[in-house]
This record gives sequence, structure tokens and C-alpha cells, in this order.
Amino acid sequence: MADRIVMQVTRYRPDHDKAPTTQDYEIPLRKDWAVLDGLNHIKDHMDGTLSYRWSCRMGICGSCGMNVNGEPKLTCGTFLTDYAPGPVRIEPLSNFPVVRDLVVEIGDFMDKLPTVKPWLIRADGEPPPDAEYLQTPAELEDYKQYSMCINCMLCYSACPIYGLDPDFLGPAAIALAQRYNLDSRDHGDHERLDALAAAEGGVWSCTYVGECTKVCPKHVDPAGAIQRYKVTAVNQSIKALLMPWGKR
Amino acid sequence: MTPSHDVLIVGGGGAGLRAAIAVVESDPRLSVAIVSKVYPMRSHTVSAEGGAAAVIKASDSLAEHAHDTISGGDWLCDQDAVEAFVAEAPKELLRLEHWGCPWSREPDGHIAVRPFGGMKQMRTWFAADKTGFHLLHTLFQTSLRHERIARYDEWFVTSLLVDDGRVCGVVAIELTSGRIEAITAKAVILCSGGCGRIFPFTTNANIKTGDGMALAYRAGAPLKDMEFVQYHPTGLPFTGILITEAARAEGGWLVNRDGYRYLQDYDLGKPSLEPVLKSMELGPRDRLSQAFVKEAEKGRTIDTPYGQVVHLDLRHLGETLINTKIPFVRELCLDYENIDPVRELIPVRPVVHYMMGGVHTDIHGATGLPGLYAAGEVACVSINGANRLGSNSLPELLVFGARAGRAAAEFAASGTDPGPAVLSQARDERHRLERDLLHRDSGREPISAIREEMQETMEQGAGIYRAADSLAKAADKLRDLQERFRTARIDDHSRTFNTELVAAVELSFMLDIAETIVHSASRREESRGAHQRTDFPARDDERFLAHSLIHRDSDGSSRVEYPPVTITRWPPGERVYGR
Repeated sequence: MADRIVMQVTRYRPDHDKAPTTQDYEIPLRKDWAVLDGLNHIKDHMDGTLSYRWSCRMGICGSCGMNVNGEPKLTCGTFLTDYAPGPVRIEPLSNFPVVRDLVVEIGDFMDKLPTVKPWLIRADGEPPPDAEYLQTPAELEDYKQYSMCINCMLCYSACPIYGLDPDFLGPAAIALAQRYNLDSRDHGDHERLDALAAAEGGVWSCTYVGECTKVCPKHVDPAGAIQRYKVTAVNQSIKALLMPWGKR
Repeated sequence: MTPSHDVLIVGGGGAGLRAAIAVVESDPRLSVAIVSKVYPMRSHTVSAEGGAAAVIKASDSLAEHAHDTISGGDWLCDQDAVEAFVAEAPKELLRLEHWGCPWSREPDGHIAVRPFGGMKQMRTWFAADKTGFHLLHTLFQTSLRHERIARYDEWFVTSLLVDDGRVCGVVAIELTSGRIEAITAKAVILCSGGCGRIFPFTTNANIKTGDGMALAYRAGAPLKDMEFVQYHPTGLPFTGILITEAARAEGGWLVNRDGYRYLQDYDLGKPSLEPVLKSMELGPRDRLSQAFVKEAEKGRTIDTPYGQVVHLDLRHLGETLINTKIPFVRELCLDYENIDPVRELIPVRPVVHYMMGGVHTDIHGATGLPGLYAAGEVACVSINGANRLGSNSLPELLVFGARAGRAAAEFAASGTDPGPAVLSQARDERHRLERDLLHRDSGREPISAIREEMQETMEQGAGIYRAADSLAKAADKLRDLQERFRTARIDDHSRTFNTELVAAVELSFMLDIAETIVHSASRREESRGAHQRTDFPARDDERFLAHSLIHRDSDGSSRVEYPPVTITRWPPGERVYGR
């Protein structure tokens, strides 16, 4: 194994640069080093001006998503040796405006999130004061997978639909809505219907490419969530047609 | 126009989100905002794994939870605070359940609990081993339904605004634009977490740089019990990634180089096949981390490129239990160490994990400064005393986040708007950041060099075991590093997302906090909980059944006072584990 590797890093500072450029950094190649360790080596020992986000470095905070050789990855859990002898290309996530270097603007996702009402909605009144809502392990299992999303944005970067249609709610937001729809304690599926089944941006925008599920580092399967919701939405629409004045 | 709110919360983790919801629920007329240097769901609460303690089962009692907490804290906890804490913890965890938190369940649908270190009863609620992640996302998502909670995401607070002794806002940098703005408020709640990044080897995320502690200290609020730094006994070497105590609660063993369960040699009980509460691997974190050091001194640990380790053995638990109860442990070991705990031993060593100390508050989260509140790891109420028990920190940030939110709301409702003096303070702070840091062009050594030396200094001088001479050396070194920081190099002069500027301010926060740790540690001439002095090996209740309250004087020097610990029902006694 060679003991060094070249990282080709996208640089862009809007107050200096007209367009993004690529800068090469040759760094030590160590067995234990993730791509993020390489970036930290550059930042601490070679070039303090490189900007990127990171925090927990254990794959749970969702900060450090970037494109590594063209694939969206959590850089804290992606190892440099897998890209030896290199060079390895590090670029910002796709489909988002770039703020600077490897930092992208995710405000669009943050704005869309509340529109799918990702919180527990109850039809009854106050919860029991001293007791939990009962939920069996099997009922927990029904939605658990969709509750594992860390909002890392890799699925938005991979999604060709989101790239073309900025109105699309996107994989993570829909999966999160399904997380609540499928929770046995929740009664809010009707309230989420308008956003999820909207002609513009709802689940019907998705053509089931499935890239979101492939790149998800937490195995959430947003593509499955979307497909499953399409069936629900059809049933809801049929019910609404048959019972136009009744409760949907 | 200067943005203004009734209550401004610094930090969007568990405590900050809980406080924000408490403000809107307690007074719908108030405007509340969260300012955080990361998006809320990136906050470090997300990394908590094992669980959250609260009495829910009929066989358990509040008194037992209180006693475990107090003895676990080596009698440095304020017992009135502990009693309030254990009484409100079940209500808070139930609220999280009502908000949708996916707690793990019994077959009949009730909340499941697991054992945890230092706890005599099974009372730790859990969401597999991603409890902090689920708790944080549940709180964040619930906060979205409250449109009146405004957010300043990715705004980095650099100082507090203080008008005539009253805290009335912050100065912050909007990272995306580089704009430096005052945000005024009638009350400010610090919920910015701990400071593990002061040390070289820590479970803490990169953002845990003691910001709130330094902001409060510089504004004149004292810090409490800063010498008590928790080392968690089981971190993965190199990365410092935490392997949760739940791995031992589910039956994992700690073994030395000979495969021997060495904890039996350190007054922690006798080994048995099944886990025994408050015994062996389920002893408290301070005692387990200290046992590791002794074991290393005897030459019975394992030598690796990243230092001495022992092994955590989960192989006898079987794949099914590991996958259902501690799946994240397996995921982390596979992804970050290329080790499968179903078949292999996990190398672990003690790792800096949690600050028992923090901004001094009363049981309502109020600091000594009018208008300033604190909750969560940044604060010291104190319920954790000299050593926090695992799974007490998540309920703590809920109970005291809510309390601080309610108290701040009440203060803000009757509070007055800040005077004009704060705007000139904000101007001064803007000039300081621009002139001294952003436009600095003649610096010498990089930020990272000073940061690395600070981290090594703290590990050498103020680690698991300390002594007068190691602490004196550390104090000298920190003074030197403070000087060198003044001429550190900042190459990045861009306004846009300048992470080098942020790192510089964070380093200045950490240097101040490191000094408070070292000064408090050198003055406490006894051993208690996580503070072990080789030159004063015994607990000394005569002199030190008291909190260290460190103040910053106007000339920058520090002064420590010793107010007594509040004792209600549990007089100081011996800590007993495994017998």
C-alpha cells in the first residue's frame, strides 16, 4: 500500500471565485483514516481555509455528507484505503446550492420538513397523565426503519427527480411522514395527505428510480416508503370519491 | 433593526428544544428563538446511546433513584435538586412518549427498562441503543409544530450582552453570510452542552467546545465543580467513539490481556455469568476508568498503536440479542473498527465523556446573573455531583430544560427591554471579531497547533489521576498557550462560512475553560468521584463536602469559593458496589 494519497477537493469561495475549482492535496494514507480524517489533516496541517461541516464522526449527526468519487457518502464512515491508490475526488453534495467549498445550502429541506407535519397527531384529547400510549414491539417495528433517518441529505443528492423538480418534497421528508403515518399512536395521516399527495411535489413526482435507498447510510429505504404511500394515497382518493361528504 | 425576542436560547440540542417548548407552552404571548451553531438535529444529544433513567416500574422508588444518584456522585450532589430531578424525570420521559419517541417496549406494549451502571434497579428507558438520536429528533420534530419557535440555524454566539449586570442578549455570527449581529432578549438560556474537546481523546462531537460555559464565565457568572470530568470506561481507540454502557448492562464483560475479568480486583464485586446490578461491569464510570489505569500500571492491558486497551467481550450474548438490544454497537464496530462483536473482542479504553461541572444554577436553572439561565450539560445544578451515573443526563436535560424554560418565561414576562448600552457593546464585539481575528494577517502558528498542545496538557495534567505538580505544570502551560493564542495565525479572511474563525473563537473558549478545570482541581485537596488526587487519595468531608465555585475577576484572574453541599435525607456515607 502506498503511504500517500491525493485528495482532489472542490474549492469555492463566492467572495473570491467566479466558479468552483479543484485543489489537490497529497496527504498520508493511513489504514484507520476516513475521508473526514483526511480533510481534518488538510485543515489542521496544510490549509486552514478549507470549509466543510462535520461533528459527531460516528455516523449519527448527519453533518458530513459529501460526494466521494461522485457518490454521496458520510465522509466519517468512508475510508481512504478503499480509494487507494487514488486520487480521490471530494465534492459538495449534488442538487443543492453551494455556500462555500464543501458546504451546501439545505434550507429548502428545512422549509419542506414542517409541511409534512412530522410530529405525533392525536384525534383524542389530552394524553393520559401518568401512563404511556401502549405500543407492542410489532407495532414499533412497523415504522421503526423510517424513524432512523439522520437528515444527512445523501438521498437528495442522489435523487434525479429532486435535481429536476425543486418542488419535490424529496425522499427523507416523505419517509419521515410515513414514519408517523405508520406509528400506531398517530391519527394524523389525513392531515399529511395534502402535502404528500400534492400534484406538485408529492409522491407522484417520484418515478421510482430508487437511488435514495441505495445511498442511504442508515438503511431507511425512502423509495419503499414512497411506493407504499402511493398505494395509501390511491386508497384515500378512492374513499374520498365514494364518500365525498364523509370523513376521509 | 436589531432582532429581538423575549427568550433567546443558545443551543438547539435536547435541553434547548425542551426549554423552547416549555416557553411557548407556559406563556403563549412570548416570542422565543433558538440560536445554534449547527442545525438542531446535528446537536450532540444525537450521540447519546444507552438510555434515560426514570422510575416507572412498581418495584422501584424515587428514593432509590435518588440514593443511587447521590452515592454515585460521591455525595457532592445537591439533594434538593436530585429529589426534584427524580420526581419529574418519569413525567418528562412520558411526555416524550406522548410526542412520539420510539421507546423500546415490553411484549405487552409497556415501556421497557434495562439495567445501567450504578443503578440498583432496572429503570433505564431506551430506544434500542440510539436513545439520544430518537430523543433529539422527537423533540426537534415536535418543536416544528410550534410556529412561534423561531430559529437561527448555524449562527455562532461569541459573547453575551450584559447591561448593568443583567443579561439581555447575544452577539452572533451568521455563518453563511459572515454577518455579525446583536440579538437582544429579556432572558437568555444557555443550552450549549459540554466541553469534551478540551481533551485529546473524547466521545464528544467536534462542536463540544465549552462555548456556553465560557460565555457565562466571561459575563461574570461563576462555574461550579469544574474539576469533575467524566471518563467513560469504554471508548474505541483512535476515534473515541462511545461503546454504550448498555453493552455491559446486557451482559458484556471487561477483560484484560489474559481474558480475566479484572474488575473483581478493584472492590467492585465478584464475577458471575449474568449481569448483577451495581456490581462488576455495572459499577459506576469513575471507578471503572480508575480500575483501567491501575490495570495498565500492572502491565495487564493490551498494547496497541493507539495506546493501552482492554477488551469488551460480547460474544457470549449472541447475535440475536446484540441485533435487537445494541444494534448500534455492532454497526459502529463494523463500520469504524472492522470488528464484528458477535465473533470478536472489542478494544476499548477510558475516554473523556461528560462534564459534571458547568455554569452554576439553582434548581430553576437560574444563574447568579439576572436574565441568564442554563440547562443540560453546560449547567451544574448539581444532580451529578462528583460522578454522573449513566442514563441520568438525558432526563436531566429534559427536567431542567423545561424548568429553565418556565423560569425564563416568567422572568421575561415581567422583564424590560435592554438599554442602549448593549448596542455599543455589540459594536465593540463586532470590531473585536473583525479587527483581531477576521483581518489578522501577521499570525505565527496555526490554531490547530495550540489546540493540540492544550489537549495534551489537559490529559497529562488533569486526567483520571492528578497531583499538585501535574496540575501546576498544566496551569503554567495553559498560561503560555493563552499568550500564544494572541498571535495565532488565521489564514481565512472570507466572510462566507469561515470555519477557521469559528475554530479560533472556540479555542479561546476552551482555553478559558481548561484553566477553570485546572485551577479548581489544584485547589481541591482530596479525592472524590472523578477527581482523584494521587497526593490526597482520600475523600475529605471536613474540608470539601462543598462545591467549587470559580469566579472570574475583572482582571482576568480566578477566585474559588466553597459553598456547602445541600443535604436533605442522605448523610454522607461509603460508596458500596458489588457487596
